[in-house]
Amino acid sequence: MAEEKPEKKKLDLTRRAMPKQNPWERIKNFDEVALGYPVQAAVEEASRCIKCKKPLCNQGCPVGIDIPGFIKCIVEGDFASGVRKIKETNALPAICGRVCPQEEQCEKTCLLSNKGAPVAIGRLERFLADWEAAEGKIEVPPMAGKTGKKVAIVGAGPAGITVANDLIILGHEVTIFEALHECGGVLIYGIPEFRLPKAIVNREVEYVKRLGVKIVTDFVVGKTRTVDRLLQEFDALFVGSGAGLPWFMEIPGENLNGVYSANEYLTRVNLMKGFRFPEYDTPVKRPCRVAVVGGGNVAMDSARTAVRLGAEEVHLVYRRSKAELPARVEEVENAEEEGVIFDLLTLPVRLIGDRNGWIKEMECLRMELGEPDASGRRKPIPVEGSNFRVPFDAVVIAIGNSPNPLIPMTTPGLEISKKGGIVTNPETALTSRPNIWAGGDIVRGAATVISAMGDGRIAAACMHKYLVNK
Amino acid sequence: MYKIIERRMIVPNLHEFTVLAPAVAETVKAGQFVIVRPDPLGERIPLSVADWDREAGTVTSIFMQVGSSTAKLARLKPGDSIPTYVGPLGKETVIDRFGAVLCVGGCYGIGSVFPVARALKEAGNRVITILEARSSFLLYWEDRFKKISDDVKIITRDGTRGRKGHISLIPEMMQRAGIVPDLVIVNGCTFQMMRVSMVTKPLGWRTIVNMNPIMIDGTGMCGVCRLSVGGKTKFACVDGPDFDGHEIDWPEFLARRKSYNPEEVDPLRRSSCRSHF
Repeated sequence: MAEEKPEKKKLDLTRRAMPKQNPWERIKNFDEVALGYPVQAAVEEASRCIKCKKPLCNQGCPVGIDIPGFIKCIVEGDFASGVRKIKETNALPAICGRVCPQEEQCEKTCLLSNKGAPVAIGRLERFLADWEAAEGKIEVPPMAGKTGKKVAIVGAGPAGITVANDLIILGHEVTIFEALHECGGVLIYGIPEFRLPKAIVNREVEYVKRLGVKIVTDFVVGKTRTVDRLLQEFDALFVGSGAGLPWFMEIPGENLNGVYSANEYLTRVNLMKGFRFPEYDTPVKRPCRVAVVGGGNVAMDSARTAVRLGAEEVHLVYRRSKAELPARVEEVENAEEEGVIFDLLTLPVRLIGDRNGWIKEMECLRMELGEPDASGRRKPIPVEGSNFRVPFDAVVIAIGNSPNPLIPMTTPGLEISKKGGIVTNPETALTSRPNIWAGGDIVRGAATVISAMGDGRIAAACMHKYLVNK
Repeated sequence: MYKIIERRMIVPNLHEFTVLAPAVAETVKAGQFVIVRPDPLGERIPLSVADWDREAGTVTSIFMQVGSSTAKLARLKPGDSIPTYVGPLGKETVIDRFGAVLCVGGCYGIGSVFPVARALKEAGNRVITILEARSSFLLYWEDRFKKISDDVKIITRDGTRGRKGHISLIPEMMQRAGIVPDLVIVNGCTFQMMRVSMVTKPLGWRTIVNMNPIMIDGTGMCGVCRLSVGGKTKFACVDGPDFDGHEIDWPEFLARRKSYNPEEVDPLRRSSCRSHF
């Protein structure tokens, strides 16, 4: 490993690399790409922590994990205590360790990030969670006495599971209602197996079930029962119903066959196991030339899925430049290693079909960057007359989604934003109704797993106060 | 798991399918659908609801055996269970006092238009039911429709029952009967719904169709069920499944319905009957 010259004698600026599957092997399977730290690398990485007097890393964490605390445990080799430390505030460490954007959060505020080598907090979190699972001794935290209060949670995604975990420990009776046939929400239908193995999601769901949380699947709140009907039986309700209708570009040809929303594409593959068709019944097409439109993590997931489904060429089409890609750097690198071609500064303007209604070509415009726009990023401006056409036999649109419409449509008195999300007080996650809280994508639109969990944490605290005073 | 109460072939290739699902039975309304997964490896498919018994907690659908998933459903026996039966999904058909309403059913849509006709009758409408089939032996539930309709008319392609011909005879049949409908509601195969919409459009008869696209989650997440209505993209699972038949882009819809045709039958070729293909 490259030795950098340390500034002080003891400052170790070499982030320990995490082993990964080789790109030429992993594009042929759906197994996890990143393999996790072996014990020695984890201890070495943890030992790089400089033990700041006033640590900033935990302030960067949306759920406030005691990061210096668990790192110290790893240094001392006391992994069991490290797990306990994390689980004080985070019910899903194996998941967060894998999919949180640490470079924007804890690792960004790590003092060593000024030197370009923050402690790999996410990888260490993952190490502890995986260590615990491998040991097979998953501990149950101390539980408070029963309060007799009943809580309903809509959606078994990251927000809902966090609320359930927090409130059951505090002694409330918790029931989660899940619309799909499996629990995990976006962790199951959206994030691919190669980034987050489903066995890990199932393990975390089993954990909250073991704590006593009841989970009812195949139950669509807003349809099977309304929120108000549930509130006749429950004292408080949390809405974590997640992502809704996918956005499209509103250009001609988007309803052609072979044009998918990322939600559809990923759901077919992840939730329904389309990549194992015909063993599983849900089919997914295996086209040769795939365009994925968008630049976020979902776009990367879609492009890398297309590679694994055997596409000869996968293009990621994004209207800004590489610097503006909203996806995690790690995911962009993974996609590049796997052969995804980045068509940057490119804007699709029309999708062209064949006579049977299947996508055949995409017409695009070249873009150039102008002045910064409202988001602070340089605004892409079309270059006039730069139209060109590229042949594709599938296009995946991954430009985001609105919050799920079912509960806003069926719950009177709930304040809804212009974008269709439920409006909450950010400090309490309380909605405009006194006994309904909400968090995650149903409030934020398309956001991250950890921000959904952060919302859940805030909601649970406020719900607990409400329930004990009720 | 959801227990199968009844699964029987009522006419060739069409199955009556009743499942114990009290949560669905309690709130289901005419025009809605459920999502069903026949076994743990199965896909999620939508089935329109044809009847229910709120007290017994059962829900009934009529489905046609087409591909591998419906073949799996068709093999189920009373007492068996399926892993997923979720609903009621979609918006219910709008029931009001419209006046004279034509309820048109074909194929599995004969089943799903039944509760619509029943609700319209209860709301005080004059209900004229029109059932279409290729031949008389493909008709079912005629007796049930007679009890809730002011008139039941039959069209068969081969003329073995009722008028011989096609669904586009509706305007002529109505003219003869001296009826100008205030509303037409069609539940049937895509082609039938399209044809009815085409013949009623020039007459200005408002026509509601119960759309049947491919779906996965059925709850407004995946977007596969999208269709163009009046030039705008709508999602059948949450904006529908009922839409104005005069506003739908039918060629686009027909193409989207067919997008997985090869895969739909592919698993059947791998079944024990491989030698037959």
